[in-house]
Amino acid sequence: MRALIPALVVAFVATTVAPAIAAGEADYKAAYAAADTANKEAARLRNQWTTAVKALAASKKAAEAGDFDKAVASAKLAEELSKASIHQSHEQATAWKDMEIR
Amino acid sequence: MMRFVSGLVGTRPVGIRLAVTGLATAALTLGAAQIVQASEAPNPPADLKAFQAFFKDKFPKLKREDFVNGPYSMDEGLYRQWKEKEEFPPYEFALDKGKELFGKPFRNGKTFADCFPNKGIGIRQNYPYFDEKQGKVVTLELAVNQCLESNGEQPYSYVKDDMAAVTAYMAFTSRGKPFDIKIPNDPRALAAYNNGKRFFYARRGQLNFSCASCHVQSPGERIRAEVLAPALGILNAMPIYRSQWGGMGTISRRFTSCNSQVRSVPLKPQDEEYRDLEYYLSYVSNGLPISGPGARP
Repeated sequence: MRALIPALVVAFVATTVAPAIAAGEADYKAAYAAADTANKEAARLRNQWTTAVKALAASKKAAEAGDFDKAVASAKLAEELSKASIHQSHEQATAWKDMEIR
Repeated sequence: MMRFVSGLVGTRPVGIRLAVTGLATAALTLGAAQIVQASEAPNPPADLKAFQAFFKDKFPKLKREDFVNGPYSMDEGLYRQWKEKEEFPPYEFALDKGKELFGKPFRNGKTFADCFPNKGIGIRQNYPYFDEKQGKVVTLELAVNQCLESNGEQPYSYVKDDMAAVTAYMAFTSRGKPFDIKIPNDPRALAAYNNGKRFFYARRGQLNFSCASCHVQSPGERIRAEVLAPALGILNAMPIYRSQWGGMGTISRRFTSCNSQVRSVPLKPQDEEYRDLEYYLSYVSNGLPISGPGARP
């Protein structure tokens, strides 16, 4: 029981308090770097999505205004959208043939 | 059967057995490769036949040459509006400007006529073509800018204004002439054609649309307030005056704006993919008359 109480406290802090802690510049930089890498890969595949590019720009703008929560959220959105566009490119490398008029 | 074959092979020395097996495997592999190659190799004439047959089946009442009228051929009300609009066509100013620019000498005294076959008159139906020297597809828009640059002039913007005006004039001098796009027996030309075909059918952007999603699957249907044009003959009316744009636009403008609409970052005008796409789309509309410049809602 003695061991369980500290574990419960840690779990409580991790699930309720930690997410409420504001994101910092380091969080933003890590999230932005991940999003930027994915977006560059989408560009290399010549299939960037406008929404990914906009989200990445919004992340930078929010960080410049000191709103790191918003900056991190936008960067994560940009990363997800870029990854989806990369998936689309790989899938369509062969799937386009399914639509072809034969 | 298996025992018979085994017995037959078993009567031969090991070296011969291995050679026979090797040759049989090689023949089977080669045969399979040829079948795959034959079914996947680009076959433009077969594509053209299938493409035009698809639209003929989809719109059996429509005459082949009417497809060049885009959405107007799909909707009776729009068709009547267009006929009235053609009495005072909105592209008329661009046409006048294009004629003037076309005849105006460059600083070196030459004109556009010096850059093109038949002095640039009545040749629109032959563009794009595969230039074997340059090793790439040359569209009319690219040829116009190559002409300007080779004569020491600044190139035009690819999307509107002067480019739209000059190509409008050149299209006008070709009205009624059927598209006559050639694909030379050059693997680079076939690769460009296939690249254009791939781009046409591949889904792009967050909306996950391909060109074919609108212009093959849904011509005649509405997307918001617009009636979608069929892919067959879609470039024959270019460049166009578009009410939505409030002005003229080129093929480059059409391609880049289509990509933006599906939330895909457009490539640069006249990038390889767009030139190859134009090559493919023009080829499969071979035989349909040039009707440009056109007007669209």
